[in-house]
Amino acid sequence: MPKAAAWDEAEAREIIRRHDGREGSMLPILHDLQAVFGCVPPAAVRLVADALNLTRAEVHGVVSFYHDFREQPAGRHVLKLCRAEACQSMDGERLAREVLDRLGLEWGDTTPDGHLTVEATYCLGLCACAPSAMLDGEPVARLTPASLQEIVREAGR
Amino acid sequence: MTTRIFVPRDAAARAVGADPVAAAIVDEARRLGLAVDVVRTGSRGLFWLEPMIEVETPGGRIGFGPMTAKDVPGLFANGQLPSAAHPLCVGRPEDIPFLKRQTRITFARCGIVDPLSLADYRAHGGYRGLERAKSLGAAATVEEVTKSGLRGRGGAGFPTGIKWKTVADTTADRKYIVCNADEGDSGTYADRMIMEGDPFLLIEGMTIAGFAVGATKGYVYIRSEYPDAIRVMERAVVLAEAEGLLGAEAKFDIEIRVGAGAYVCGEETSLLESLEGKRGQVRAKPPLPAHKGLFGRPTVINNLISLATVPAILADGAKHYADLGMGRSRGTMPIQLAGNVKHGGLFEAAFGLTLGEIVDDIGGGTASGRPARAVQVGGPLGAYFPRALFDTPFDYEAFTARDGLIGHGGVVVFDDSVDMAKQARFALEFCAIESCGKCTPCRIGSVRGTETMDKIIAGDRAEANLALITDLCQTLKFGSLCALGGFTPYPVMSAIKHFPEDFTRPRLAAAAE
Repeated sequence: MPKAAAWDEAEAREIIRRHDGREGSMLPILHDLQAVFGCVPPAAVRLVADALNLTRAEVHGVVSFYHDFREQPAGRHVLKLCRAEACQSMDGERLAREVLDRLGLEWGDTTPDGHLTVEATYCLGLCACAPSAMLDGEPVARLTPASLQEIVREAGR
Repeated sequence: MTTRIFVPRDAAARAVGADPVAAAIVDEARRLGLAVDVVRTGSRGLFWLEPMIEVETPGGRIGFGPMTAKDVPGLFANGQLPSAAHPLCVGRPEDIPFLKRQTRITFARCGIVDPLSLADYRAHGGYRGLERAKSLGAAATVEEVTKSGLRGRGGAGFPTGIKWKTVADTTADRKYIVCNADEGDSGTYADRMIMEGDPFLLIEGMTIAGFAVGATKGYVYIRSEYPDAIRVMERAVVLAEAEGLLGAEAKFDIEIRVGAGAYVCGEETSLLESLEGKRGQVRAKPPLPAHKGLFGRPTVINNLISLATVPAILADGAKHYADLGMGRSRGTMPIQLAGNVKHGGLFEAAFGLTLGEIVDDIGGGTASGRPARAVQVGGPLGAYFPRALFDTPFDYEAFTARDGLIGHGGVVVFDDSVDMAKQARFALEFCAIESCGKCTPCRIGSVRGTETMDKIIAGDRAEANLALITDLCQTLKFGSLCALGGFTPYPVMSAIKHFPEDFTRPRLAAAAE
């Protein structure tokens, strides 16, 4: 996962400007901002509000509504473990718990060295190959304690 | 002569190692000097065999799976092309009972064609549906969809043709076609497979919808958990534009939009809010989206599978489709077998198979080899069915009659190690996590329900608390604005009704604390 860029107001303005004239452009803008800065920084909220003629509260309301948008960048790698029913039926919860316990994390936490964030997700559509996960956007499935440990070890480096 | 070898690029196939297999085939063929062309396809949907590769031979394709990169050199034993002697050979895919027993209409091309080849799409019958629609005219196209009996495959089961007619009958400066590809139900992946395996099918279906109702702009709202599907769809739109199949000439545009991790955005009005750039909060109905939908304009909002089934209905006629099925459930349904099941995968079949046939015969029972104890049908808001109800036919009305729903066709199997009290608790917790917050029963009821279920699990006045949950579920069912709060009682109450022993069991862990 590319490292998040430092806040740059000019760049943020340029990202927002690219969506000029697009209907309902809020989510595409927020996705693009997060792709560059690793999160939707509080400073960006004001710029988005100005551009879309909304209040900051309205923009903040959108940012905070959706699970995907962060107000702080995640760790260098993001591991999303599926916690939905199909993965539960294949013992996914126990697998996930082992990983969290070994790392000393709770859901959504990042390791102290900033290498790995572990998040819950509810279904990746890989339900016939459960349990499944996604590491930096790449799908992995038919997880076993050993294969998941290997993924975590690689990502934690 | 170059031999074509097909390797799926479906996300689930990639998740179990399809990419290294494809790379190993290229390497090995080069090393042996064999002329091999690796074509990346969608998945056939036989996921227990993924990564399943297929080699083109004069007698048709021969499948091998589940492959790993290590199995690739053995494939080319004696420096020859793969032969049926390989231990992972599964023969002709079409002869595998799981595929042979299906009636593939919506998924006819998936796993066979190169998803991003318009030539392939056309060679396999693509755009015949749109051609016929154009020759019939807009009104007759709507009529054809109505006659096919196609109902909303997202789960609500509303007749698609009637929805289209409502929008067609409006007058407005702009109308929209919105494809709901926010496939959030656990145990479902049919939308994902089409987007990754046959994206032009959706583009054709939406174009037909636009033509039929007089809309010139379409949106596909894809959940962010599907990065592969997003990539393929975006590319497919560009390719279709380049050939004039979308854009000014086609009088129809499609834009891909990406969700942001909110399950509730699969609810149609919440999805429209999200597309407009707002919090994904549910709207009260009426007005219906067909009258006042996206940006206040008349909008057809359909599930992806509904739209992807339209081209075949138009191409082969409504009757051909309507002849399949049972009762008021006409045509086929892509059943998605998932979870603890031996043969997990997509099974498209006419309505009417019983749940037992689906789980035991087609699915082959559990993956763990233990007895199947509970089956959740229709996603996180669907009911848990015990073996005693395995005679229920897969049909909208039959499932409703047994306090369940077929939803988007997901079937998640659990073996006898499942704790149904935990599953009921999860249903309430999930509702609490994903509630949009607009209506009180869902926003607060889900939280209170989770707390009450915790008490039951801890053995704290189980009987009184179960009565409280039952009462709360009534409030959720009748007082919620949308299906999230309204249907959460299905998994909760079905678990309590069919598996009562799990709710009153003395809890060793609780006692020890």
